[in-house]
Amino acid sequence: MKKELRRVSVVVVAMFAALFMSTSVITVFQADSLAADPRNSRTLYDSYRTERGPILAGSEVIARSVATGDRFAFQRQYPEAELYSAVTGYFNPTQGSAGVERAMNDLLSGTSDLQFLDEINRIISGQPPKGAAVQVTIDPAVQRAAFDALGDLTGSVVAIEPDTGRILAMVSKPTYDPNILAGTDSTTVIDNYSALLEDDGDPLINRGIAGDLNPPGSTFKLVVATAAFESGDYAPETQLPNPASLTLPGTNTPVFNSGRGQCAGGGDTVSIADAIRYSCNIPFAELGMRLGDDVIRETAERYGFNESLSIPLSVESSVYPQVLDTPQTGLSSFGQSDVRATPLQMAMVSAGIANDGELMTPGLVDEVTGRNLEVLQGFEPSALDTTSTPETAESITQAMIASVSSGAATNARIDGVSVAGKTGTAENGSGDPYTLWFTGFAPAEDPQVAVAVVIEDGGGRGQDGSGNALAAPVAKKVLEAVLNE
Amino acid sequence: MTTPKIVADTSVIKTMRKLRIPQTERNRELALLILAFIVNIAMVLLVQLGATGAIDTTLVSLTATLAALVLGLHVCLRYAAPRADPLLLPIVTVLNGIGIAMIYRLDLAEGYTGWAAFSTRQIVWSAIAIVAAITVILVVRNHRILFRYTYVFGLSAFVLLLLPLLPGIGKSVNGARVWIGIGDLLSFQPGEVAKIALAIFFAGYLVRTRDSLSLVGRRFLGIQFPRLRDLGPIVVVWALSMGVIVFQRDLGTALLYFGMFTVMIYVATGRLSWVLIGLGLFGGGAAIASQSLTYVNGRFNNWLDAFSQEVYDAQGGSFQLLQGIFGLAHGGLVGTGLGQGRPAITPLAESDYIIASLGEELGLAGIFAILALYLVFVGRGIRIGFMEGDDFGKLLSLGLAFTVALQVFIMVGGVTRVIPLTGLTTPFLAAGGSSLVANWIIVALLLRVSDSVKPPRNAEVSA
Repeated sequence: MKKELRRVSVVVVAMFAALFMSTSVITVFQADSLAADPRNSRTLYDSYRTERGPILAGSEVIARSVATGDRFAFQRQYPEAELYSAVTGYFNPTQGSAGVERAMNDLLSGTSDLQFLDEINRIISGQPPKGAAVQVTIDPAVQRAAFDALGDLTGSVVAIEPDTGRILAMVSKPTYDPNILAGTDSTTVIDNYSALLEDDGDPLINRGIAGDLNPPGSTFKLVVATAAFESGDYAPETQLPNPASLTLPGTNTPVFNSGRGQCAGGGDTVSIADAIRYSCNIPFAELGMRLGDDVIRETAERYGFNESLSIPLSVESSVYPQVLDTPQTGLSSFGQSDVRATPLQMAMVSAGIANDGELMTPGLVDEVTGRNLEVLQGFEPSALDTTSTPETAESITQAMIASVSSGAATNARIDGVSVAGKTGTAENGSGDPYTLWFTGFAPAEDPQVAVAVVIEDGGGRGQDGSGNALAAPVAKKVLEAVLNE
Repeated sequence: MTTPKIVADTSVIKTMRKLRIPQTERNRELALLILAFIVNIAMVLLVQLGATGAIDTTLVSLTATLAALVLGLHVCLRYAAPRADPLLLPIVTVLNGIGIAMIYRLDLAEGYTGWAAFSTRQIVWSAIAIVAAITVILVVRNHRILFRYTYVFGLSAFVLLLLPLLPGIGKSVNGARVWIGIGDLLSFQPGEVAKIALAIFFAGYLVRTRDSLSLVGRRFLGIQFPRLRDLGPIVVVWALSMGVIVFQRDLGTALLYFGMFTVMIYVATGRLSWVLIGLGLFGGGAAIASQSLTYVNGRFNNWLDAFSQEVYDAQGGSFQLLQGIFGLAHGGLVGTGLGQGRPAITPLAESDYIIASLGEELGLAGIFAILALYLVFVGRGIRIGFMEGDDFGKLLSLGLAFTVALQVFIMVGGVTRVIPLTGLTTPFLAAGGSSLVANWIIVALLLRVSDSVKPPRNAEVSA
């Protein structure tokens, strides 16, 4: 009997071992995937119950949780809603989220792995759940300057600190009020969301880093110039042919300079420096075709084209097409053809040049602090890539200074400060309004800020607007906001 | 010179020892009981603080009343079964208390008060169950009396099982026809008590007939198989279980009866062939049932394909199972804390899913503690079999202890998808009067038998 009893005991222990295992698997190993199951309403209730951490820009609170006094416990509030919508995005426990609210959700809600010990402490000490505070790199003064300068135009401004990669401003217009998506009444929120989706201005799209990307136009010449100088075969004073029109090989379509004549005040040839200064298309088409698309693509990719990036908002990758024939390469050399770029990308081009050819990884999150003010995550500047030698960067900078002081980008001039800049006026197809660009940095000798401005729909002027007329003055305001600090 | 003194002294010492030695067991029990009372009252207070933030003394005093009843049982044991196992009573006291605290917590979430509250009824049933246990201890002064009535218990188990099928007093709840009652006033699951009668019957029957069940037979593949005519009893029990599946739509109870019988016949005869025959019969029956009976088939689907949206949405589908699992996962390692989780989202959170509710608020740590309590309880029951005593008592304790183990396995395993979920009660924890009464009677019987056994002389097994 004892032998049998021992065997039965083993069976009982085995039965319990199975229970110890099954409960462990559910509560520990599968806990994350079970919590993520959309049918798990506990997760949903928790997200309401948690006091999410605030989002701060400088000393301003740009998103915070406020007690609702009802069963939902908390909802999100955005004090300067429209000003920061491109940064904060919105958060609604049932209807989704965007922006920093989405990208930093696990830290803001207090569920990230970094906060595991915090959470244990919290349970033991019986404190209510609370998420971490996220300090963004945005400078409220710069953000406000960019927002005001863009006014009612459709477009975007992105400003970067060149030597660190900190994003100082990110504005997208038209904007929206994230407060109307943060409420606890699902029906109202869904109605508001649908209205925003159907709005022709697409306010939910953050044009700084996503959306239907624009051709960068002449601002892309900075990339081509980098490729040329880095090749060792070209110098700023290298002369390029300067005809009034150029029919690309194998096509019937002629290419013109913006003034429909010879560029840079005439002459059979023009230097690369002057081609940048006066934004000449034909010499750059010629230069690009001589370099070949592979060389341009390689340089563009070092600036960040064709690469996805997370700041930690996910950035749509800017495009330099993989295969181009010779005429397409010519067109791509002044940012046409199928070249597409985000304002962040063009700000990165300026930032790379401004930082002596070392491009810093752009980022939007400065610091994350836990409930006891301990730093969970900081901003550590890191190089994304080396875009050129310091000499190349200096050559391009000089041409950009000349462009602002007495070239094609004069509307970005600031008294007493040397501004380096490049305009772009990109075509979107015959008859369609232009896309207007400006990118640059200041002060040129010790850059504190690099900026890119894009204005869509021709700034309301169809094909009559230009980067210098509309985008450069916006950039000027942003640069001034940094320099005045 | 010293010899007469020693003789005189030994008789005194002997008498004193008779009084003293048993007291050590009971004193241990008392110390553990006090710990159990503290845990139980602390849990009620924590539930109140966690869920409402205020203390309500009503439930605390009700819990204290139960503690007084348990103390009454303890005093009875001091006189009627002084050498009984000291761990059994504290373990079930704390399990019963944990159950009440969680059921009360769910009542708070649902807004049930007074007689509508499951917790009130659970407390009253607990009181009835403890009184029943006291009665058993006092009336059954020697468990061998039960052996005399082996067949009476067999017959009564059969009648008890049939009762719910009788029109008029039989009732169906959640599809299973295992209840009797008049209106909503009094409901009882006779199957729970039948479980005990069956255990007594099996133990008595097997002790009487095990020689013919174990010695005669043919060897095949190295295993001795019984004669065809000796298969009678197992076929009858199998038929009984299958009847429960078909007519009462109660898969869990059938599994419980059959598992209990198989283990008891194995231990009684030492023949592995009985286990093989038993598993084969039940496996075959269950396989056929899962194909032909929709409710069994549904249980299997819920188990195998719980996360499929189709099964989730189906009537009687895996919605409940998944909500329970979500609750467990939500609890994580340490739980949300009593009164802080959302166990009420899961339907039947106070009965079938009590372990998921406890897991949500007490975490994996709490579940491990509860399972460990069960394991020790079952271990103490099986331990009786290793002691010096009569075979009927040993076999009966094994059967009863194994029933508890199997019930825990079926319920916790069902909720955590180790096996298909079937409707049984988690012993001592889940809301349900019949189950409480039956399980407390099991405790009383185990206490009674453990009082009669002695540690083995050649302490081969040190339990």
